[in-house]
Amino acid sequence: MALELRQVSKKVGADTHIHPTSLKLESGGFNILLGATNAGKSTLIKLLAGLEKPTSGEVWMDGENVTGVTPQKRNIALVHQFFVNYPHLSVFENIASPLRVAGVAKSEISDRVQQAADILQLGPMLQRRPDELSGGQQQRCALARAIIKESKAVFLDEPLANLDYKLREELREQLPDLFAGRGAIVIYATSEPSEALLLGGHTALMHEGRITQFGPTSQVYRLPVDDISAVVFSDPPINTAEVTKSGDTIRLNEDVSWVATGDVSALADGAYKIGIRPHFVSPLSDMAGAVEIRGVVQITELSGSESVAHFKVGDQTWVSLAAGVHPYKIGQEHIFNMNPRACFYFDADGKLAATGGAHG
Amino acid sequence: MAKVTLKNLKHSYYPNPSKPEDYALKEIDLSWDDGGAYALLGPSGCGKSTLLNIISGLLVPSEGQVLFDDKDVTQLSPADRNIAQVFQFPVIYDTMTVYNNLAFPLRNRGVDADSVDKRVREIAEMLELSEMLDQRASGLTPDNKQKISMGRGLVRDDVNVIMFDEPLTVIDPLLKWKLRSKLKELHLKTKATMIYVTHDQTEALTFADQVVVMQEGEIVQIGSPVELFERPSHTFVGHFIGSPGMNVIPCEVKDGSAFIGGDRIEVEGEINPVADARTEIGIRPEFVSIGKKGIEAKVRKVVDLGRHIVVEAVVGDIKVNAITDDRNITSDDIVHLSFAPKYTRVYANGWIATREGV
Repeated sequence: MALELRQVSKKVGADTHIHPTSLKLESGGFNILLGATNAGKSTLIKLLAGLEKPTSGEVWMDGENVTGVTPQKRNIALVHQFFVNYPHLSVFENIASPLRVAGVAKSEISDRVQQAADILQLGPMLQRRPDELSGGQQQRCALARAIIKESKAVFLDEPLANLDYKLREELREQLPDLFAGRGAIVIYATSEPSEALLLGGHTALMHEGRITQFGPTSQVYRLPVDDISAVVFSDPPINTAEVTKSGDTIRLNEDVSWVATGDVSALADGAYKIGIRPHFVSPLSDMAGAVEIRGVVQITELSGSESVAHFKVGDQTWVSLAAGVHPYKIGQEHIFNMNPRACFYFDADGKLAATGGAHG
Repeated sequence: MAKVTLKNLKHSYYPNPSKPEDYALKEIDLSWDDGGAYALLGPSGCGKSTLLNIISGLLVPSEGQVLFDDKDVTQLSPADRNIAQVFQFPVIYDTMTVYNNLAFPLRNRGVDADSVDKRVREIAEMLELSEMLDQRASGLTPDNKQKISMGRGLVRDDVNVIMFDEPLTVIDPLLKWKLRSKLKELHLKTKATMIYVTHDQTEALTFADQVVVMQEGEIVQIGSPVELFERPSHTFVGHFIGSPGMNVIPCEVKDGSAFIGGDRIEVEGEINPVADARTEIGIRPEFVSIGKKGIEAKVRKVVDLGRHIVVEAVVGDIKVNAITDDRNITSDDIVHLSFAPKYTRVYANGWIATREGV
């Protein structure tokens, strides 16, 4: 099973919502669209699902051009951020509705509804109406409807965004199992980098109507192709700074420099932008080859298990993230240890030019 | 700014409540110091919004009192309580400029034009809105709109307390980061008493000096982020805080020791008498290590979170998560788990039953 965009674009009036995009998605594992609000995730889903017609380009499904074909004829399922159920029907009838539309025999419907309800832990609630359910149960009802019809493609557009944090965690864990072995292509849109990592599979990073990178999720995370991709796939936000390379020396400012590592020494001398994720900037000095950076701590955040410090280096703000509790003093200078091997080096166009060696 | 005290608060949405289940709030006693940053944390339906509405005056409690400093405000309307509120969805006037939006709460109170101007510019500076003061609010991005909402909450320096009701829920993760640190910075600068209500543990823990965890209308634990993380007093707190949450593993307590299957588990300190209670071991994934010794478990799933790896293993049919940096573990591996004794506790009927070790 495959779903493919061939040079698909979408314009609304003079605004380009999606720049010409080619993408091939396959079944087995999730396909994640990761990007900020307005990056184009929902538009891309609508184009893939046939809810919107591309301005140019073609959509192919299973070797067939489906560009003008309506969603009804494509055998797909959609789950939105807002829980969409039929309010006047029982949970049973809500889950059964796609089968009724497809003309499945009554006896079979009952079995399949029961099965889907069991998987989603809705068994005891089949006779209730959606408004008698909690938010998590309502969204599970929508998910049950999506899995019951054995669709070729399932689109999940930020399905957990309106749920409680813990509930989100629970459902997120169940989702991959829910679709495993069904042969459907699963497309999942999210604005949260951690969600993409938790779900695994493949990830397409989106920014301003373009896909900046697509590949296996952990690979995309560890090796961003450009500075934008690095920003899109970092939470907490990645630190960036200007450096100059001269021979084997990389210089951040008057006080801080380090020796080039990895394939950095092969770069031409000149100015580069580095990107380094906050967990490679630590208040602890237990890292071999670490570079000391002094900064005045502005804000600290303790989550119990981790400490975050925002500190100023010159006029730039850096963020450090470390396990455990660290006694920072606001307004005072602290020493942080940055691992230069975990740096990404971007050229003037923002393209990845080299890494420090440890893909971070 | 004021100290906030809640005394024997109870609330029921029913006219004649008789049993405990009839109460949305069961018995709340709390006091919050002047100038502190506090959070109310719990799942939907835990009573946190009811509590917030009682503090703001939108709701009069069935029983008990709300005090601002020593003044009983229980019966006062929101307008008479002198408070500020920031909601989940930005409350601003789209047709007004950013400046006029920020000035509105002050002008409303009859503050003179010079003072209004000074304060508006000061707040705009803090929130990095100075460049936008002359723009209409309607064209702004969601995060900038929410910043204005926050600004309107902060602009008056005579309020007793500023309350935030899930202010970042609809904001993108990266912007959430920025706004969260902004809010933290504003608290440091203004020293206002702030109460922040959320279901999101990260927001609560990073914002507040002290977090109140609620479940089913009751306070389960009050503590600093570190206390809640390191020594949850109830398995609910252990589960609710942390990602993934604390592992809760059924155990047997015999002669003052805890056992999982046949393995004796070393815990933080002495175990209180537990009689016939349901007993469980609570241990966070951060403090579970995978090695050659310990309880045998089978790996079910390995999730690469970038920063670290979460290994989901099963002991018998009980799921146990471990956080590790070891990238060589794969599904179906048989591993051995050991627990750091200092962070291993026994819970009886959900409540902590070990004494802190010395």
